[in-house]
This record gives sequence, C-alpha cells and structure tokens, in this order.
Amino acid sequence: MLLSEAVAGGPQFFNLVPLVVFFPLIGLLVNLIFGGRLSEVLVGSIASLATGLAFVVAVLLVISLVGHPDGASIALADWITIGELQLRWGFQVDTLSVTMMLVVSGVGLLIHIYAIGYMHDDVRHNGDPSRYRRFFVFFNLFIVAMMILVSADSYLMLFVGWEGVGLCSYLLIGFWYDKGANGIGNALAAKKAFVTNRIGDFGFLLAAFTMFGIFRTFNFDEVFARVPEVAETFPIAILMITLFMLLGVAGKSAQIPLYVWLPDAMAGPTPVSALIHAATMVTAGVYLVARSFPLYAVVPMAQETVALIGGITALFAATIAVAQFDIKKVLAYSTISQLGFMVAAVGMGAVVAGMFHLVAHAFFKALLFLSAGSVIQGVERGEHHVEHSSKQKKSTKGSGGHFDPQDMRNMGGLRGQMKITFWVYLIGALALAGIPPLAGFWSKDEILLEASHLNPTVYYLLLAAAFFTAFYMGRQVVMIFFGRPRSDAAAHASESPLVMTVPLMILAGLSALGGLLNLPWTHTFGHFLEHTIKIEEAVQEIALGEEAAKASISFDPIVAAISVGLALVAIALAWWLYHRRYQEMLSLPPAKRPDDPLRGMLGPVFQLLENKYWIDELYWAVILNPYIAISRFLADQVDWRFWHDWFHDRVIAGGFNALTRLLSIRFDLGFIDAIANGLGSLTGKLAGRMRQFETGYVRTYALSVFLGVVIILGYLILR
Amino acid sequence: MLPVEYYVGLSAILFTIGALGVLIRRNALVIFMSVELMLNAANLAFVAFARAYEAVSGQIFVFFVMTVAAAEVAVGLALIVTIFQNKQSIDVDQMNTMKG
Repeated sequence: MLLSEAVAGGPQFFNLVPLVVFFPLIGLLVNLIFGGRLSEVLVGSIASLATGLAFVVAVLLVISLVGHPDGASIALADWITIGELQLRWGFQVDTLSVTMMLVVSGVGLLIHIYAIGYMHDDVRHNGDPSRYRRFFVFFNLFIVAMMILVSADSYLMLFVGWEGVGLCSYLLIGFWYDKGANGIGNALAAKKAFVTNRIGDFGFLLAAFTMFGIFRTFNFDEVFARVPEVAETFPIAILMITLFMLLGVAGKSAQIPLYVWLPDAMAGPTPVSALIHAATMVTAGVYLVARSFPLYAVVPMAQETVALIGGITALFAATIAVAQFDIKKVLAYSTISQLGFMVAAVGMGAVVAGMFHLVAHAFFKALLFLSAGSVIQGVERGEHHVEHSSKQKKSTKGSGGHFDPQDMRNMGGLRGQMKITFWVYLIGALALAGIPPLAGFWSKDEILLEASHLNPTVYYLLLAAAFFTAFYMGRQVVMIFFGRPRSDAAAHASESPLVMTVPLMILAGLSALGGLLNLPWTHTFGHFLEHTIKIEEAVQEIALGEEAAKASISFDPIVAAISVGLALVAIALAWWLYHRRYQEMLSLPPAKRPDDPLRGMLGPVFQLLENKYWIDELYWAVILNPYIAISRFLADQVDWRFWHDWFHDRVIAGGFNALTRLLSIRFDLGFIDAIANGLGSLTGKLAGRMRQFETGYVRTYALSVFLGVVIILGYLILR
Repeated sequence: MLPVEYYVGLSAILFTIGALGVLIRRNALVIFMSVELMLNAANLAFVAFARAYEAVSGQIFVFFVMTVAAAEVAVGLALIVTIFQNKQSIDVDQMNTMKG
C-alpha cells in the first residue's frame, strides 16, 4: 500500500485508481462465470458490491486529492507503440476525473441496489427470469467502460471507454430485444441509438485524427501544453478539432441534431434509463468538452457554437416534453434539455457550473427515473390485481385494447397508494424545476448566472427552457399523483419494496442537499475543480481577457429571482391546468373529452409538440428514405444485377465455362485422349495381324520348326 | 559289302518319309509312328557310319536313342490316351485351342 509513501499533505492513494476499473470487471466476471448457479439476490449483490468497492476507491481518491490537489497520472500498461505514436493505458487522477468517478460509482451503486428489486419484478413481468444475471453483467460492464472513459489520460483511451459505453447502451436498450412494437420495437430502438452514436463517433474520430496530425500525441497534458503555441500558428486546426468533437458530443450527449436516439432508448429497463441515459453515459459529452476546455477556450467560434447548440437543444427538448404522455419519454426529453444546459455551460466556459449541474442532475434525474420505474411497477401490480380479481372483464383504457402502464393518462391519484414514491418524486421534480433550496436550483442558477454575463442569447434560451422544465414537471407530478385514478390499475397500484425505495430516499436526500456542494458563498466544488481547470483559466485569460474575470461573480439575486419566479409561475399554471381544468374535463362525455387540457387550448401546436416537431419523420424523409433507396439501388441494381448477374455470372463464370469447355473438348478429348487412344488402337491392329500366324494347328507349328531347322542347316552347309 | 552311301541314302529316304508323315497326317498315332520312322532313320545312319569308320560310339548312340525312344513312346501313348479321353478323337487338327 501507499500509506508508507504518504508525505506531507495527507494520505495518497493515487495508485489505487486502476481498481475503479477492475472491481466492476471482477464483479462482471464472477457473475458471468458463476452467476448461473447463484440466487438472484446474490447476483445483484455481487454486482452492487463491485460497484460499491469502486465507489470506495473513488472516495479514497477524493481524500487523496484534498492533500494533493494536483492529482497524478498513473500508467498501467503500454498499449500501442508505432513509431512516434506511443499509447499507454494510463489513468488521469485529477479533480475533474475523480468527480466523474464519484458520480458514476456512487449513483451507479444506488441504481444497482434499486435494480435488484426492480429487475426481480421486471424479468417476471416480461417472462424470462434467466435474463436477470445478464442484466447485472451488462450493468457492471457499463461501469467498467464508463470508468475507462472518465479515467483516461488520452483521447484515444477515452475513445475506448466512449465506444464501450455505447456498446453497453446498445445492449441494454435492446435488453428486451424480443419485445416492443411488432416484437422488434426495442431492437430497432437499440439499433437507432447505436447508429446515431456512430455518426457522433465518426466526428470524434475525425477530431482525434486531426489532433494527432497537429499535436503528434493524444495525451491530454501534452496536447494542452501545446495549445497556445498552435493557436497562434494554426488556429483553424483547433477549430476543426473542436467542431468535429462537437459532433461526437452531440451524438453521445443527445444534442441537436443527433438527439433522436435518446427518447427511443427508453425501451430499456428503467434502471438503464436512470444510470446510462440520464445520470452517466449521456454526460460523457459534457465531460469531454469540460476536459477539452483548453482547446475550446482558444477558439471563441467553437465555444459560441457549442453554447448555442446546448441552448437550442435545452429549449427545443423542453417544449417537446410538455406534450408527451409516456412517463419515461417526458423524462427523456427532460434529460436532453438538461444536457443542453450542461453543454451550453461548458461551451460558454462555465466549466464549474456545467460540472456542478452534471452532478446535481445525476442525482435528481436518476431519482426521477427510478421513481418512475417504481410508479410503472406499482401500476403493473395494480393491473395484475385487477386481472386476478375480475378475469371476465378486463379494464383496458388508454391505447386501444393493450394497457400501457407507462402512459400517464392511465395514472392519477397515486399519491395515496405510493407515499414514499410520491415524496421522493416530488423532491426530484422540484429539484429539476429549480426550486430553492434543492440541488437543481443552485446548479441551474449558476449556469443562468454565467450565461447572463457571457452569452445573452443562450441566457434567454435557457431561461425559456427553465420555464418549460418547471411546467412539464408540474404537469407530470399532477398527472401521476394527483386527481382521481383514471384506470382500475392505477386505483389498485401499490408501493414498491424497500430495496427499491431506500435508494430512492438516499437519492432524494442527495437531490435535496446536493446544492451544498457548491453554494455561491463557499464555492467548495468550484475550488475543488479549480486545480484541474486552472491551466484552462490561464488560457481563457488570453482568449477572453477581462470577460473571464467577470464570470466569477458568485450570486446575483435578480437572476435567481427571475428563474425561481418563472418556475413558480409554471408550476402554478401546470397545477391550474392539470388539476382544475382536468377535473372539469372529466365531466364531459368520454367521446368528446380531450386527453390533455392543452390540446384544446393549443390545437395544432400541441399536435406539433406531441409529434416531436415531426423530426423523426423529417429524418426519415430527408436522410433515411433516400439512404435506404440508395442502398436498395446499390444492392439490387449495382450489386445484384451488375456485379452478380452480369459481371460474376456472365463474365467470370461464363468466361470460365467457355474456357474449360474449350480445354476439355478440344484439347483434352481432341489431343491428349487421341494420343492415348491412338496408341491403344495401333497396338490392337498390330496384334490382329499377328494373331493370324497362330493357327492352332499342331502340324503348322511342326512345319515351321522343320523349315527352321532346314534353313539353319542349309545356312550352315552352304556358307 | 555295300558302300555306306546306300545306307545313308536309305536313311535319308526314310527320314523324309517320316518328316512328311509328321507334317501331313492328322492322326496322332500315325504321326507318332512317323516320328519313330525318323528316329530309326537316324539310327540307321548312326550304325552305317559306325561300321564304315569302325567306331563303336555310333552304335552306343543308337542304344541311347532306342532307350529314349522307348521312354518317348510311353509318354506319347499316355498323352494320346488322355487326349482321346477328352476329345473322343485323336485328330491333331481338333487340338487347336492355341488358335489366336
């Protein structure tokens, strides 16, 4: 152990950092090899323990960083050495990466524990308990990949983790690959996520190649050290790198134009949505921009683009969330919107604010997703109850014939049956809406504050997004928990077991108190991160001059008041619409009753939002259908008709056949065989002649002997 | 005393008759007798020359020839009997299985 090496400034555990990768790896191997013989609880416990140990290591690293804030870079192994390219598997231990490790393993641990209970019901509800183990193997694999991503010390190693989490995302979205619309809905969603991410990864790769072309290295420290020099001689290169990287960020962190996969990714089990598609993986893009900040800082145009994309995405997704009915889809669009906040923040240069929001968001969005999972299972239990008590007539409301336990129109009034879930959901929703003193308020306020100074356009976008955020969360809470139950299943819903609710309560506590991390007056988190971003600030100083100094203003009561005021107005509006108006609507006859009060008020606009601005359809029309048409053409006409039918069959196979026919008939039969046959028939003819001498008559032989003797004697006598 | 040419001439005539008999006749027994005739023609020549040159070795050769001829008769007759048993005939032209 390194305790002996501990020098002034406290204990130092930096060498333990590889364990954050290896503990989950061991957990996954144990479950993979022995999991089939273990009970469900044991499988889940092993996976949770593996993540928990990684969390312990992360905590030790934080303790070490308090004494040695500069961190360390630990090389574990050489990976590739080709010429001047030297890649190693190294671990970057600094405040930024350790923050991510802490979030990934901490939130990951809680979600693992929750999943023990959730998946127990889920595998039974979906009818294949054997997939329980697979789930935890994938889950641990995700933690491994995510840890590689956040602990990487070079862009290429980061890319390894980047692809790894993409793979796990694919595997887990398609976890029930045989379910969903037409039996392949989930598989299609997984494919969509994977392909969309590939487009982003393509951008990441281009960025990495360009970077290697300019800097001749992938290592963070070495690249950043040369940034000021390159910025003077070749600024276009850095612009290219940052913009290509932005494409990668847009793919992984679900920003415009590549956000479309995230709502579909809700096909995965709810803990997956919470861990991968809300708390950790999708924040990898934010982390990447934060990590690459020295690059972005020297090209204001790239910063501008990133911030604008984040701001537009935040508002765009927030408006879509207003008109969704699927409980998880609302949260998915909310996640896209909040990721837009973070991307805008790190894009503007407010790295601390962005990372702070990332951490806070991880708490309350994981909480919201897990509570939503609890709600869904509560409703499913209610549905089972209804089915069992009255088998002859099934109550089916909502999407014709098939009961959808995720449709908020089927819920209502769950506050009474699911008390714990209600309270934690309320805390999460208020935190997301930005109500003080919950975590979301502090982090969002910091972003808004920075935006108000750095980029007014983005500030107004984000402010509008914050308003819609509060509105759709208010709408969701009211639709789920208040009013009267709108289906028999909702009326008979029941609370989830403790293994699920305890993690919810812990997350609720974190969501409530997370703001303490970085109160405007103490800036604990900011000072913690400063050690990593201090180089970046030096660069920023060059690029932005006095503007950077302005950004360090800590708290502005006006900004805070505006955002809180808007949030409260939005919540009040949601309450009025969905509590009051909804009750009035219920008095109308069912045929004329709209399913959402906004539908009547907004009309076509609501239709537009409900259909997500028809962006999916637009992508189908503009990209996918032409692409499929081209693929069809290439496959049917070019490949099949031209290459296969004409070139392969006609030219190659036909030519070969003609040649072999020539060889076999003319050459083989006509020449080679003729020689052999000619020899045979010649011998036969010769023998036919010869056999005429053999008469078989004894006297002929005797005569020939006699004549022979006479000739020999005659010769002897006459010579 | 008759000169030796007469004996040799008779011997040649006998040998020629025997040879023609072998070549012309189809009856195996007759061929056999012709062969005996040729042997004895040779014997006659032997003894004629033995007396003319007053050498005994020619007469001794005749004894050997007669012994061998006796053995030859034994084997030959046995063959003829066997052939007759197989073919019900001693016509040598019917023994033409060697015909090509």
